[in-house]
Amino acid sequence: MQAELNNIHEMKRVLEAALLTSPEPLALDELLKLFAGRMERATLRMLLDELKSDWQERTLELMQVASGWRFQARAEYAPFLARLSPEKQQRYSRAAMETLAIIAYRQPVTRGDIENIRGVTVNPNIIRQLQERDWIDVVGQRDVPGRPSLYATTKHFLDDLNLRSLAELPPMENFEQSDFMQQEIPTDL
Amino acid sequence: MIELQTSAKIHGEAITSLPQDLYIPPDALEVYLEAFEGPLDLLLYLIRKHNLDILDIPMADLTSQYMEYVDKMRQVNLELAADYLLMSAVLIEIKSRMLLPEPADIESEDDPRAELVRRLMEYESIKLAAERLDAMPQVGQEILVAQAYYRQIVEIQLPQVELDELIAAWKGVLERVSHFSHHKISRAELSVREHMSQILRRLKQDKLVEFSALFDVENDGISKLVVCFLAILELAREGLLRMTQQAASSPIYLQIV
Repeated sequence: MQAELNNIHEMKRVLEAALLTSPEPLALDELLKLFAGRMERATLRMLLDELKSDWQERTLELMQVASGWRFQARAEYAPFLARLSPEKQQRYSRAAMETLAIIAYRQPVTRGDIENIRGVTVNPNIIRQLQERDWIDVVGQRDVPGRPSLYATTKHFLDDLNLRSLAELPPMENFEQSDFMQQEIPTDL
Repeated sequence: MIELQTSAKIHGEAITSLPQDLYIPPDALEVYLEAFEGPLDLLLYLIRKHNLDILDIPMADLTSQYMEYVDKMRQVNLELAADYLLMSAVLIEIKSRMLLPEPADIESEDDPRAELVRRLMEYESIKLAAERLDAMPQVGQEILVAQAYYRQIVEIQLPQVELDELIAAWKGVLERVSHFSHHKISRAELSVREHMSQILRRLKQDKLVEFSALFDVENDGISKLVVCFLAILELAREGLLRMTQQAASSPIYLQIV
């Protein structure tokens, strides 16, 4: 029994059904499988854009994140929906967030790099916590004695923050650099 | 954990005058320590708190404030104090280098505070970035991913069967069944020999027996019937009985020789 689709309307409905029922964001390659090789990537992209605008006035929005496309509730409903699940995931400690920020903005980094920036030893639990969340992983070893692991953020991290790529992270502010740099200070000591 | 940090922050606000001999009970200090993420964090706090110009840090003041703090700290948490002690050494080194008269012949020697300033700035931007990351909406908190219920029905793909394959399979079955039956014969001791004896006994009794009467088609299984047939053939081959037939398709009769 081969499902065949004749018009764009039906194709969009297939996309919609797949996206609505998928527990994870669906990448273009996954979505292409729906049409058994009878779909061009460019067409698929166009259909997704159309679908996105079709849902403009609805409670759900079609979003593109790092791993693909997904439907999610519009932000304005979050406070209401939150009442249904009072037990939320807890926010991370400041130490964890700073460690994550260093990995996100300076990746790939070693534990030593993190310690240099923060000025304190890295708590292994924090690294483990972030790894278990699948927000960071080891992408290699630096070729120095001890071959320390290099950490980087994952696609899942971007997905969870609603981002398509690292470039969408808020730009790193060189904090009050103008204040600090009223005179020439060598930074490469 | 979250509770602890919240209260630590409150303490953090409460002890702004710590460098001026504010007494902190030892057990409260531990909570208070949580408020700072390390020596750089503490330094930044002191600089910001006292509106010090980071480019022109009054090293003497800063160092003494910092040392006072570290002294309290090392009584409680030695491991944590190690990071802070290292920073004390750095501060004192910078301070002492600044006290030295600058040799006239060395042109534009680097400000001894420059490395510290660089680190403070780097740390501060990471600190800010972390706060922003933390403030971003996250899946499971502000972002709620939609997932419609979908009962995944796995369609069982039945393999396609050609007629030839079916026939071949059936033949295989028959073959195996015949092997099996053979075994059954031996196990049930339906030996040809035994049947030969039975038939001879019957013929001795009845003298003339019609061929088909020797087969109990209704009660005996195929294997037994076959054995029976083989026994008849064997008896005939060994010349122990004689088969007669008047004409084609007419009844066959057996009798003892």
